[in-house]
Amino acid sequence: MRRFILRRAILGVLVCMTVLVISFGLTRVAGDPALAVAGPQATAADVAAIRRAYGLDRPLPEQFFTWVGAVARGDLGRSYLFREPVANLIRARLPITLTLGLVGLGFALLIALPLGIVAALHEGTPTDRLVMLVALLGQAMPSFWLALLLIIGLGLRLQWLPISGIDDWTGYLLPGLVLAFSAIPALMRLTRSGMIDALGSDYIRTARAKGLSRASIVLKHAARNAAMPVVAIAAVQLGFMLGGSIVIESVFSLPGLGFLAWESISKNDFPVVQAVVLLLAVIYIALTLFADLLNAALDPRLRTG
Amino acid sequence: MLRHLPTALGALIVGAALLAALFGPSLVPHDPFAQDLLRRLVPPAWLGGDAAHPLGTDQLGRDYLARLVYGARISLVIGVVAALTSGLIGITLGVLGGFFGGWVDDLVMFAITCRLSIPLILVALAVVSAVGSSLSVVVLTLGLLLWDRFAVVARTTTMQVRRLDYVAAAQAAGASGFHVLWREVLPNIAHHLVVVATLEVALAILLEAVLSFLGLGVPAPLPSWGLMIAEGRDYMFFEPWVIMVPGLSLFVLVLGINLLGDGLRDLLAASRDA
Repeated sequence: MRRFILRRAILGVLVCMTVLVISFGLTRVAGDPALAVAGPQATAADVAAIRRAYGLDRPLPEQFFTWVGAVARGDLGRSYLFREPVANLIRARLPITLTLGLVGLGFALLIALPLGIVAALHEGTPTDRLVMLVALLGQAMPSFWLALLLIIGLGLRLQWLPISGIDDWTGYLLPGLVLAFSAIPALMRLTRSGMIDALGSDYIRTARAKGLSRASIVLKHAARNAAMPVVAIAAVQLGFMLGGSIVIESVFSLPGLGFLAWESISKNDFPVVQAVVLLLAVIYIALTLFADLLNAALDPRLRTG
Repeated sequence: MLRHLPTALGALIVGAALLAALFGPSLVPHDPFAQDLLRRLVPPAWLGGDAAHPLGTDQLGRDYLARLVYGARISLVIGVVAALTSGLIGITLGVLGGFFGGWVDDLVMFAITCRLSIPLILVALAVVSAVGSSLSVVVLTLGLLLWDRFAVVARTTTMQVRRLDYVAAAQAAGASGFHVLWREVLPNIAHHLVVVATLEVALAILLEAVLSFLGLGVPAPLPSWGLMIAEGRDYMFFEPWVIMVPGLSLFVLVLGINLLGDGLRDLLAASRDA
């Protein structure tokens, strides 16, 4: 077990280092960032001054290591656009995106778990096929379009929910619901297959033989054993959802990390783009590490790997 | 018979989209780029519009049906080319890792882990924004990013096939590694890869729409469905059909491709068991 944790931790660190290289390279594929900062009216002297001020006249490897060193100290650089440290911007925006992600995950679990369990209990019947069809519908739904439909329907026509901004907690409901759709198919399929495995296992047969009620068997015994892999995949899905929040936040005008990233990309604010890519990647790596360890704790065959 | 209904529906949708993309632009009498500022936002025929524009016109008076079928062409081209590109990358990596194992496999797994940890939409947006948006940049960006599932499936299935007798026999008979991969392994994992390919075509089409919707995908005035939804957004409160028409088309096409992929998986599994 210790060996497995060590291997996974080393892999995590190596992936982090690669992501550092990628997020640095991302802002250099466009060519000279100084030109973008200076804007179209700048003279050659202005551009040269900016290049010196931001250290862009140094050799590329030196720039990279300077940046990595700064990141290691928690200094993510200064935004060209907002003229303040990137770390401050992120600190202000991250809670909104995390809240949105957790609300989305909550909705996804609330919808996917019951449907997955129902499908497993009726395996092979029309009910099962209907539930799996719901998964396919969710998979095909363009999230930004669903968001616009809900804005028109629930927000404007029925006026049930706010359609943009987050004046209070209700502002998170619509965006959270839309974000949930992307995670529902995977969660539902895994719940279903986990429950089918659990229902066919020896201890369930024992429980049946003991004459326990059906509800007690399903909820207490089978669901508990199917739950852990679902928790693991839910962690991974949360990582994907934080990355996908860029679309939802821009539709609902939520001033979170995704909205910040979208603004920075369209205005060539490279230090911010770099930092957001890095942060989302690190969160995802941490979540998958958690998921792998959880799976390993459950499955003795994985521990020796 | 009822079991195959979703598959048949999927095939029907994909077939219709292919026909629309191939022949639609030459059958629709309007030019998708021609503006007619006197006939802006004409509603579709069933909402009391004009018979000359069955799906209405957009905010610049361009015929919506002409733009829709031209958009189908863009979506399908992007989906197929992106899936071919990512398939080439992912299958190569996955087959090599699964077949050779050891440090080769460690490298492949590392590449997959790195790819998955990168936020997909964010990086695609950043790349398109940096390089400049055009059809080929969008296709290439998606193709270079979407290979992870190909790699995972190719790797696992190659590992299973490698253990089978005939592969061991071919190797014992002195066949080269390349020969065994090409003639014995690939044909035996191809059916799994076809299913992945359908999923990736659908995903690439959805992502292109997302990028175009956010203004960093297919550049205007090309009629991408995502771009049509973005352009209709300012008018959707008064004329909801402007986002219904392209959005529903996108939803139905992606659903059709996924239904077809699911059906193919079941059919192939059944023919293997038989």
